[in-house]
Amino acid sequence: MSLSESDVAKVAQLAKLKLNESQVPEYAAELSGILEMVETLDSAETDGVTPMAHPLDLSARLRADSVTETDHRDAFQAIAPKVEDGVYLVPRVIE
Amino acid sequence: MTDALHRVSVSTLRAGLTAGDFSPAELTAHFLDRIERFDSGLNTLVTRCDEGARRQADAVASQKAEALSGIPLIQKDIFCTEGVRTTCGSRMLDQFIPPYQATSAARLAEAGSVLLGKANMDEFAMGSSNETSYYGPVRNPWDTDRVPGGSSGGSAAAVAAGLAPLATGTDTGGSIRQPAALCGITGLKPTYGRVSRYGMIAFASSLDQAGCFARRAEDCAHMLGRMAGFDPRDSTSVDAPVPDYHGGLPADPGMLKGLKVGLPKEYFADGLVPGTRGCVQAAIDELAGQGAEIVEVTLPNTGLAVPTYYVLAPAEASSNLARFDGVRYGHRCEQPRDLEDLYLRSRAEGFGREVQRRIMIGAYVLSAGYYDAYYLKAQKTRRLIADDFARVFEQVNIIASPTTQSTAFRLGEKLDDPVTMYLNDIYTIPANLAGLPGISVPAGFDQGLPVGLQLLAPWFAEQQLLNVAHAYQLLTDWHLQWPEAYA
Repeated sequence: MSLSESDVAKVAQLAKLKLNESQVPEYAAELSGILEMVETLDSAETDGVTPMAHPLDLSARLRADSVTETDHRDAFQAIAPKVEDGVYLVPRVIE
Repeated sequence: MTDALHRVSVSTLRAGLTAGDFSPAELTAHFLDRIERFDSGLNTLVTRCDEGARRQADAVASQKAEALSGIPLIQKDIFCTEGVRTTCGSRMLDQFIPPYQATSAARLAEAGSVLLGKANMDEFAMGSSNETSYYGPVRNPWDTDRVPGGSSGGSAAAVAAGLAPLATGTDTGGSIRQPAALCGITGLKPTYGRVSRYGMIAFASSLDQAGCFARRAEDCAHMLGRMAGFDPRDSTSVDAPVPDYHGGLPADPGMLKGLKVGLPKEYFADGLVPGTRGCVQAAIDELAGQGAEIVEVTLPNTGLAVPTYYVLAPAEASSNLARFDGVRYGHRCEQPRDLEDLYLRSRAEGFGREVQRRIMIGAYVLSAGYYDAYYLKAQKTRRLIADDFARVFEQVNIIASPTTQSTAFRLGEKLDDPVTMYLNDIYTIPANLAGLPGISVPAGFDQGLPVGLQLLAPWFAEQQLLNVAHAYQLLTDWHLQWPEAYA
């Protein structure tokens, strides 16, 4: 599968990455190269094979429904780029 | 004695501390001095912790002596260390000071170890050469024009140069074993789930596993014993008892007699450089000479491993790295126009090229219309690869192979060709896909550069792995060779 420049622009949007126009052709070539390598998987016979989601085939462990965490809001917000009165600030989204 | 403290085992260091031959403060000062002398030429550390290390060493004196008490070590900069900057090799986390401690780091700290610094690494552990770090490449102590391997390149190079007796690493596709091989030291990747991933910045969560570097397997045994074990904070942590790995090591190589060692023929095929092949063959002959039974085995789906990995790892990475949004922590762009602009520019500025590449591959293979063709297909081929191992471990106790196809390559040599760089990891990636433990031990030199022997064992058989590695190290001294400038 070869990715066109517009495919790359679309996938960059999905991945929330702003690309300079000058980067797009290079990324198109590199990502196409990677996908080409990946496509060798097509030759593998996988009918009836159960997908492997976990290396030990374990399912997620459950825990008791009890409160175990303590409040770390101040510590967490101390490292945030922009906070005010205990909330994280982002650019206005509702006019 | 004190001028050779970087050359001896952890047990010897501990005995010296107990006997009062030197103090924890003197031991720490020895390594801080070496870092001061040598690190500018190697770039193994992103952050030095001189002051904290001295404080920790002073506090050790009154502690109960256990194996790692007073022993200095270096943490890969992927492990969150409370109050100590943790960058993951990325501009995104250049100013990040974690408000909490990774479980494995906490355990090593509780054991009385002394944190000397945080090791340079490929950005978000994505790389095989340590050239994708925002903080510049690490250099290989055996030849500073060459890469140390990656992604845990700083950790491996630091141990190889004697800047610390121990270092942590993480291994998602070979990131402990490959740099250990290229730097001529021992590197252990435990079974998936053996060591907690809590506080270890996530790359590909179904593959990531923390482990350790040292010159000797016996030192890795000390370290794993402290790092391993159940952690309720990691939902994939396995609740299984942790053996006394060091206490379980054999006193002599007699345990090799009758050991069934499998050589996967796919790991000795085209692409393996003759000099590397020769060293690995000699290592196998050494095992055979002790009575090990060498059996050729086949892992027929080996060729699927790298393509499988380059679907699953980027898919998981694109999901894990979605958390870096410029809002709660990490890099935030200047003057965002709106929320979308904040996301797009913060991420574009914060992530380097290799990380962006992998995030985009991941977003692509997970996108509508492609999920079945790529992601689901790769989950199926992953099972084929894991099943190969399960079958082979019915016939043999351990698998032996080269860790890499060749010795350390030159800086810049493969950086512009991602696919060639990726294919390099053919011998290490399968163990991650299957979740198996593996170790790389020094097995000789090809034109002055170290060669690694990889050993793979069944799930949770780290003791077996350490025992064979230790027995091999009782027979050989490849792991005790030093790059001349750092001896």
